[in-house]
Amino acid sequence: MSIQIDWQVFTPISLVGGLILGVATVILLLGIGRIAGISGIASSLLQPKKVELWQVLFILGLIISPLLYQLFATLPAMEVTDSLPLLIAAGLIVGFGTRLGSGCTSGHGICGNARLSPRSMVATVTFIGFGILTVYIGRQLLGVL
Amino acid sequence: MLKNMIGLVAGLLFGFGLLISGMTNPAKVQGFLDVFGAWDISLALVMGGGLIAAIVGVQIAKRQKISWIGTPIEMPTKTTINKKLLMGAILFGIGWGLVGICPGPGIVMLGTGVWQAYVFIPAMIIGMLIYQWLEPKLN
Repeated sequence: MSIQIDWQVFTPISLVGGLILGVATVILLLGIGRIAGISGIASSLLQPKKVELWQVLFILGLIISPLLYQLFATLPAMEVTDSLPLLIAAGLIVGFGTRLGSGCTSGHGICGNARLSPRSMVATVTFIGFGILTVYIGRQLLGVL
Repeated sequence: MLKNMIGLVAGLLFGFGLLISGMTNPAKVQGFLDVFGAWDISLALVMGGGLIAAIVGVQIAKRQKISWIGTPIEMPTKTTINKKLLMGAILFGIGWGLVGICPGPGIVMLGTGVWQAYVFIPAMIIGMLIYQWLEPKLN
């Protein structure tokens, strides 16, 4: 097992994308005092008694962002599996897991780690670790991903 | 009104960030998680960039305590590392690895018309609803 970085596919622009993501979370935090955890905001839409209009508009902003983006640049490639069972299984466990673990890549990975929250650090290391393990088993051992 | 506008602008910007960073390309996400294959480290920069900006924001938030619209800045207060947190993170990591989609990019992909997002996101919503239904029994 050796580790080799593939520089051919390296995209330094990802840093700019990350900074923009960070700025968006800061606008939400300083602007209205709320945390930009996508799974949390998305799940609040499923609780009619708790949902607030800004949460609906935040999700709407996510959905229309590619339409606006398209006016200025070509959308990046989106290469994703065609396997229905895989998409359904992954969707179900991502939905269930993010609620059980109170967050995902945005809430724990960016907002929580920025607060130096031990919970978020443990969650981030765990989900990245299991993501790596899943891809290793699926791609390197079984060749199915 | 201002609160809602800020929500919309933050959502739009967040979406742009996900598109520009490469997070909305599931093959690239799997390439980042494929540490023992041909490892694409680009997405480490996404969390790095996000953290740089967010750390600055958190430091300002700690001093100000009050948001631009005058409401208190709400920071999560939970500190306990328990089985729920770990099991949730494990499940999320497995699902994320299987197809390379996490909630934010999945929702952005809805707006691009990529059909897989119309399978993944409804399944994700059902997963969240199952959790909501089971929650009283888990505590």
